[in-house]
Parts: sequence; C-alpha cells; structure tokens
Amino acid sequence: MKIVVAVKHVVDYNIVPRVKQDGSDVEIAGVKMGINPFDEIAVEEALRLKEKGIAKEIIAVSIGADNSKDTLRHALAMGADRAVLIQAEGALEPLGVARLLKAVIDREQPELILLGKQAIDDDAGQTGQMLAALLGVGQGLFASQITLNGNEVEVQREVEGGSELVALQLPAVVTADLRLNEPRFIKLPNMMMAKKKPIETLVAAELGVDYAPRLSLQKVAEPAPRKPGVLVNSVAELVEKLRIEKVLA
Amino acid sequence: MSVLILAEHDGHHIKQSTRQLVTAAGAWQQDVHLLLVGGDLSAVVDEAAAIAGVSRVLRVEAPHLTHVLAEDVAAALLQNAAGYSVILAAHSTLGKGALPRTAALLGVGMVSDVVSIQAPDTYVRPTYAGNVLATVKNAHALQVVSVRTTAFTPAANAGVAEIVSAAVPAPFGKARWVSEHKTVSERPELATASVVISGGRSLGEQFNPLLDPVAKKLNAAIGATRACVDAGFAPNDLQVGQTGTVVAPDLYIAIGISGAMQHLAGIKDSKVIVAINHDPDAPIFKHADYGLVADLFQAVPALDAALAAG
Repeated sequence: MKIVVAVKHVVDYNIVPRVKQDGSDVEIAGVKMGINPFDEIAVEEALRLKEKGIAKEIIAVSIGADNSKDTLRHALAMGADRAVLIQAEGALEPLGVARLLKAVIDREQPELILLGKQAIDDDAGQTGQMLAALLGVGQGLFASQITLNGNEVEVQREVEGGSELVALQLPAVVTADLRLNEPRFIKLPNMMMAKKKPIETLVAAELGVDYAPRLSLQKVAEPAPRKPGVLVNSVAELVEKLRIEKVLA
Repeated sequence: MSVLILAEHDGHHIKQSTRQLVTAAGAWQQDVHLLLVGGDLSAVVDEAAAIAGVSRVLRVEAPHLTHVLAEDVAAALLQNAAGYSVILAAHSTLGKGALPRTAALLGVGMVSDVVSIQAPDTYVRPTYAGNVLATVKNAHALQVVSVRTTAFTPAANAGVAEIVSAAVPAPFGKARWVSEHKTVSERPELATASVVISGGRSLGEQFNPLLDPVAKKLNAAIGATRACVDAGFAPNDLQVGQTGTVVAPDLYIAIGISGAMQHLAGIKDSKVIVAINHDPDAPIFKHADYGLVADLFQAVPALDAALAAG
C-alpha cells in the first residue's frame, strides 16, 4: 500500500504570534517554524502502518515556498520514503491546496491519504474534506484510531459526546486528531540520512489547477482582553458575589 | 436569494446551535430556510418550522440517513443548493464534516468558525488557537460559512414556516457507519450548558469525586483541560478549548486550571469566569472575573457545602 501524507509548514506551536503594527497580518518574519503538529501525527501513523507491514511507501507532500522543504525533511527524517514540494508563492487557501494535492494524488494513486485535522495557523479545518470531495472518496475525520481491514479502513473518530466508528472503502482520506498517536523523536543520524532522501519539486502554476485565493485578509487584531477581575478571599465571599451576579441561585 | 442552514437535531429535538445559526443568518436580511437531514424527522420538523425567522423547512428523509455520514449530508446540501446565496452550518462535528465537502463539490472556498458577520461577505474568525482575530472578505458569489454558534444568541419561537419534502441523494456508498460510543451522562451537554465546571490535571484521580457533587447542584456540565484528558483523568469528549469543545456558558468555573491559550480561547465568551487555583501566578486569574487562591481539595468541598446550605 502507498500512503500520501500532506504536511504544512507553520509557525511553531510554542510561539505566541504577534500582530504586525499596521494590523495587516501576523508577523512571521524571523519566527521559528515547523511541521504542523496534527500533520506530524499523520506522518507517524503512516510510519506505524509501514512498520506493521501494511504500507510499502510513504510520500510526504507539502505546498508553499522553499522553506516548506524544512517540514518535508522533518517528515523524511521521521521515516517517510520520499517527498514532493509543490512550489507556490503567496497566500494559499484550502480549496486551492486540495486541488494541488489532488494533482499529485492522481499521479501517485495512493490507497490512503493522511492529513492533520487542521493547521494550527489558520485553524480552517477544511483541506482533508475538500480533498476527499474532489477525489470522490470517503473521509474519516478526527481519527483517534485507524485499522486496515481488507479493502476498507476503519476509523474511530472523536465526535461530540464520545466517539464514532466508520468504515471507508479504499482509497480514502483520513485526518488525524491529537490522540491518534504520539510522534517519535527524531534521532540525529536519521536527520542526516534524511538529507540524502529525494525531494521532488513541482511548480504549482504548471499543474493546471485554479489555486488563486478568493479570501482577502482585511485586518488582524489581538482579542480584546476581558475586564479585570477581582480576587476573593473565601468560598463564602465567592458564592455571595456570584449570587449578586445572578449566575447562582 | 435566500440563506440555507444545515439544521442539527438528535431525532427528538432541534439543537440550540441551529437557533443560533438562524440569528447569525439575520445578518443577510434574506429568507432563511432550514435543511433537515435524517432517517425519521417526524419529531423535529414542527419544532424547526416554529423558529422565528425561518420561512421554509426542507425535509431530507430516508432510512440511510439515520446514522448520518458527512458524505451523505454534503450530497443533500449539494442537491438542494441551487438558488441560495449563503449556506451556513455550525462549526460542529456535522458542520466541519459536511460543509467543506459541499463547498469543494460546488467549486467554492469557504470561511470557517466565524464569530462575527461584519458585512454580507466579511467575517471575523479566530486563528492561531484564538490568539489572533482575522477579518476576512470572501469574493465568491456563493458564501459558504461555518459559524461558532456560541457567539450568537438563540432565536426564539414564532410563526410557522412551510415544510417541504426535498430531494434525497443516493447513498454515497463508499463509507458506512459502524457504531458509536456516546458518554452516558446525567449532566447537560457541554457545548450548550448554562453552567460549566472544568478541572485541570492537578485534580488527578479526584477529578470526578471532587467535581461531580458541585456539578449536580449547579446542573452544570463537566469539562476538562487537554492536559487532564491526556493524563487519562477525564474522557476525550470533555476537553474544553480551541481544539476541543468551545463553550460560552453564563458561569464557567475553572478548578485547578492554569489557563493555556488554547483553553482560554475556548471559554472567553463565557459571561462570568471563576477560577480557583492554588497558584496565585496562574495566567487564568488574568482572565477570570472572580479568582480564589486556595487549595482545591479544600475549596471545592467548601463550595459544595455552601451550595448545599443554599
């Protein structure tokens, strides 16, 4: 089985993003970046399927500027076999990303496509669903467990109020939730070996798909802080205050 | 032109999030139609038709829609989308699954998780785990938008909308529902409860023994932090925050919660936030309306006793 994993290069999850002074966007110049954590979980799951002998080849795909190669190298160092960078400058939106990914998937013909459930920068949570729609295949979103079963993949999903089990015919798209697995730590020799693994570069504009953005960012702002609160000295005082606020009977 | 809303129900009642979507839809000042999908809608169509501001209820009913798959819901939306200028859904399990799929099938982009509608094509939405609020303008003629419903008040009942049977798409066929495991709880639903009491990892094995009695007295839903869930002290579906359930109750009580950004992003629309923590430097105190620096294992039983005393 061949698996394609889509990975996005994003601002590191430990960084609190700062808004540019003119409010035009978030400042990312000079900010530490890395693989989207949910995508890293997707890569890890692909590796585990390979280690179980279910998957034969894992291809990591990213879309963006040249620095997205750092995230592809991360996936290669984790154990992906090869990588594809679709070079594109400027803003990208989920539908355009899904169309570009489809172009690679049409060529590679994988049985399973894995992605993170959302990217931690734009928090849109659309790409996996859109890709599944364009491919005409089933979608297993927010996966907390994946089991291959003949021509089907069973996906345990995290849903409101509990979990749900769905079975999808292969090929299928599955998006990883937080508790699917814990990604491995990359050892230095693997990092070195990853540099020898191939990264193929494609040019987005040559893939014959429309990925022009339709959403324009008008401004960004930090959320307004709540009005300052007060410290109370005892449970009795707290209960009294909450009764005055009429949130306690 | 009109607005089409993907309504949500549990087979017995329309979810409050649908009423909140109707309020959000008011921003377009157009007719508002609800699309109901299910195996048996007889118990919920009248309730849907009674929501103030709704002029038509589209009934998409078929046996294969009992345990509904996002693939089939997207097909139902697609089949009934003609003539609408706006398609709305909640940013919920169902909406997150069905709406991007619908948008891609329609060949348009969409805007996720909006908290404010500034103009018929301009929205405010949280990004970077709630650290940033982005204002975005959508150039597509058809606006496809998922809504953070807690940011809108629920529409009340009034009038009667017409109920019509709508086209039922053929089953998708390449996906099937197998089973579900829903947490059985006497507590109200986390996303819509008017009181929520949440615990952090420091509660440890005392998570339930400590929170249950208070939750019962307040008729509160119980929530947890990501760290608490990861440590195995609370089940996944209790996680409150940007990547879990977003809540906006009248009263949010944070017990032993330090206040990570992704958690705060999921509670900031609460009316009153109370924090009880032993650490006076915990970031949660900067966001709480009332803070109490105290040992949890004494303060929570004391709170329980005070509530029992009335």
